[in-house]
Amino acid sequence: MASHASYEDSKKAVWKGLGLLAAVTLAEVFLSLMKAAEWAEGMGWLFIIASLAIIILSIYKAYFIIYEFMHMAYEVRGLAMTVLLPMILLVWAVIAFFYEGDAWKGNRETVNERNRMEIKAEPASESPVGTLTPEGDLTNG
Amino acid sequence: MAEKTDILVAEEHDHHDHESSWEGGDKKPFEVSYGKLMMWYFLLSDAFTFAGFLIAYGTLRFSSPSWPVPDKVFATAPFGIHEMFPGGEAPLIFVTFMSFLLIISSGTMVRAVQEGARENKRGVVFWMLLTVLGGAGFLGCQAWEWNNLINVEHMSVTTNPFGTYTENGVYLDPETGEPTDEAVEEGETYLLHMAGASHGEGHAGEDHFEYPTTPGDYAGFQIDDEGYIHRKYLVQDGYDQGQVKTQAFGPSAFGALFFGITGFHGFHVFTGVIFLLIILINAGSGVYVARQNGYEMVEKIGLYWHFVDLVWVFVFLVFYLL
Repeated sequence: MASHASYEDSKKAVWKGLGLLAAVTLAEVFLSLMKAAEWAEGMGWLFIIASLAIIILSIYKAYFIIYEFMHMAYEVRGLAMTVLLPMILLVWAVIAFFYEGDAWKGNRETVNERNRMEIKAEPASESPVGTLTPEGDLTNG
Repeated sequence: MAEKTDILVAEEHDHHDHESSWEGGDKKPFEVSYGKLMMWYFLLSDAFTFAGFLIAYGTLRFSSPSWPVPDKVFATAPFGIHEMFPGGEAPLIFVTFMSFLLIISSGTMVRAVQEGARENKRGVVFWMLLTVLGGAGFLGCQAWEWNNLINVEHMSVTTNPFGTYTENGVYLDPETGEPTDEAVEEGETYLLHMAGASHGEGHAGEDHFEYPTTPGDYAGFQIDDEGYIHRKYLVQDGYDQGQVKTQAFGPSAFGALFFGITGFHGFHVFTGVIFLLIILINAGSGVYVARQNGYEMVEKIGLYWHFVDLVWVFVFLVFYLL
């Protein structure tokens, strides 16, 4: 692929690169199915490790596509930096927004917790089998 | 400008000609042509757009107590291929095939660019044609996937029939309302079927109970106004132990996020295919031979096409793999 490599070599490099991307994709799908498999239930650490591995493999795929297929490796350093450095902003965006999302979930749980405490304070009115559940329960989100 | 190659300009660059940069001239910042540089910056801005969408997806997912498990949502394939898998489900198989189509079309695109650098017209046309086929194949697969989700599984932008249990328990018998031994498992994703509609997947456990189509509250299930069947189940652990609950819809943002983000990506693939075709026709009719710049136009659309593949890596990651 490199402009300085011979034509035959760069032709071979394309098929090698394709094989690499296909192999990484298959590995990702395998890991994804594994973490959702029945025997993996209750194994939180496996879920986290598999998820991390999948994310790292995806970033590797992105790196390979940008640097080899899109020829970034053979461009002037300044060009690579002006395109890649702004991406660092996204790291902060991911951290900040995911933290916020998690906080919403925490708040919602707190509200549910308080509602339960209020219900407990009153004498429990047993809801008969088959009653409509409160509207809030019809959506999980 | 058109009749000069990058290599020639790079040599000129070394001669330190003192023409002012403000007057333009033949100087090229970063030693690439204006078109290629601007394609890179367009892709940078587009990457931020996609990142915004995907981060929104992640934020909403983090904020939800439950989220549909992708292996359950994307477990069907055309021609009943999923029926050949254990349990009648082929998790992620079809979407992996779609990914392969895009990856392979990226490879053929690199070959087209290489042939362009050698000024080989026939090679450019041949490899670009294969790239177009890959892109069109991907779009066809996506059309099938969307049709299946919308018309067979009844997901929409506002309604998400893929719910997930947050407790363990047992189902109630649809007819009698008595608890059965059919288990409800925490973290398991279910699909709310449409009453009266034939759904593609048969559940071995269900004894072909015919659900009525009139909305209402029945012994072991509810039919809502839109016709979705919500089965009832007895909770056996957690705070609500002993209560009877009704299957709920999943997080409502899921449909909007899925159709919005994969649709936006699909739109990129679609425009990519159109531009590939335009440049393919130009290349075939010899427009770029005259320019003698190593088919730079093919290189530019190549950058865009690889970017579409690159975005799919991340769409695939967040929607299907995690």
